Amino acid sequence: MSVPAVFDYHPVQSVDEAIALLQLYGDEAKILAGGHSLLPAMKLRLTQPEHLIDIGPIPNLAYIRKEKDAIVLGTLTRYKQIEQSEILHKYYPILPEGTALIGDQQVRNRGTIGGSVAHSDPAGDMPGIVLALKAQLVVQGANGTRTIAADDFFVDTFLTALEQDEIVTAIRLPLPAPHTGSAYAKISNKASHYAIAGCAAVLTINKKGLCTSASIAITGASTRIIRASEVEAALISKKLDDATITSASSHAVANADLISDIHGSAEYRQQMAAVITRRVIMHALERA
Amino acid sequence: MATKRSITITVNGQQHQSEIEPRMLLVHYLREILDLTGTHIGCNTSQCGACVVLLNGEAVKACTVLAMQAHGCEITTIEGLAPAGELHPIQTGFWEKHGLQCGFCTPGMIMSSYQLLKDNPHPTEDEICKGLEGNICRCTGYQNIVRAVQDAAEHMSTETSIPVSTQN
Repeated sequence: MSVPAVFDYHPVQSVDEAIALLQLYGDEAKILAGGHSLLPAMKLRLTQPEHLIDIGPIPNLAYIRKEKDAIVLGTLTRYKQIEQSEILHKYYPILPEGTALIGDQQVRNRGTIGGSVAHSDPAGDMPGIVLALKAQLVVQGANGTRTIAADDFFVDTFLTALEQDEIVTAIRLPLPAPHTGSAYAKISNKASHYAIAGCAAVLTINKKGLCTSASIAITGASTRIIRASEVEAALISKKLDDATITSASSHAVANADLISDIHGSAEYRQQMAAVITRRVIMHALERA
Repeated sequence: MATKRSITITVNGQQHQSEIEPRMLLVHYLREILDLTGTHIGCNTSQCGACVVLLNGEAVKACTVLAMQAHGCEITTIEGLAPAGELHPIQTGFWEKHGLQCGFCTPGMIMSSYQLLKDNPHPTEDEICKGLEGNICRCTGYQNIVRAVQDAAEHMSTETSIPVSTQN
């Protein structure tokens, strides 16, 4: 298919306007942000919304700013802005680093962090990174604004904790504790650049060189976006030497429902997840 | 049939107004409504880059943008890169360095190179490869494409300004 199925198009100027339309059209409506996940899916007729609500025209939703206790990204912040953000390079290099691996420059000119998070594609990079960063997702709906912890947000493939009438408006990242390092890397499909197996790691080390906090998320390998809790448990309170990291990384997808397809068998993904997790932890540690 | 929408769009400096189906993709609008067939359709899955145009100066894959998303925006296509009868230094680079064989990918390559050189006027070979990762060529093996971009970078750095034409 070269074009999406027929739909009515609703460009909106405010979040309230978008929410009113979501209430009106319910399941028949989809939110359009950058469109680089939704439009390909619509062209393949994997989804056929009857109403497309384009939040692109809403002003002031694309920003990256440092607040007192968090770094906040507006939902329409495009990947290119993230890639070039000095604030993020300073506090959380994992984000510009991971973003630079998404698709290509044309995709990064259009794709948005809020769109990727709300799309909840386990092969995407942003959901895993946001999860490892313990982000709080600010969502707005008919009943007002609430925040959802990333841990509770990603429910399953293309499924989030968002209610039908809710929109992600911002992503809040808690400021890193001293001696925190973060990194992301993936083994990806050569054409689409989607992750076959990727890892996002955020580590904090104390003065004695012991790991006091480890947040590890796996992308690409599993049918849903997951924290690698067994890896985290194997790192906490330990001195992160080579043997500890290698051993911990072998559990990267221990609790995952692995994908097996033409891009990689489950066995391949399992092995690659361990390899990439080890590399990413090493890299995050260097930055801590 | 969905409700048609009115679109106003500036393409290569010229304003157009049309009534279109919302599902019309930007690439189809450019090719079928405006007859600007220099923008090609290759994979139609936002992978090959044959359809790259500039949207408000940024390279995008026109097969993955609704025409309506470009409402009120400025588009530059390969036809608008240089004044009629002239070549932009990137086009000259592809000409001089034989940066093409069949030429199908070339308009997209050139528009992506435009963005690449705008962001980074003196790219290394690796940076050129990274910048063009969203454009697929099935003929050249890419060496001459990289040389073409290097040639363009050299010539553009010696010129005071590289205007994107608004004349056509």
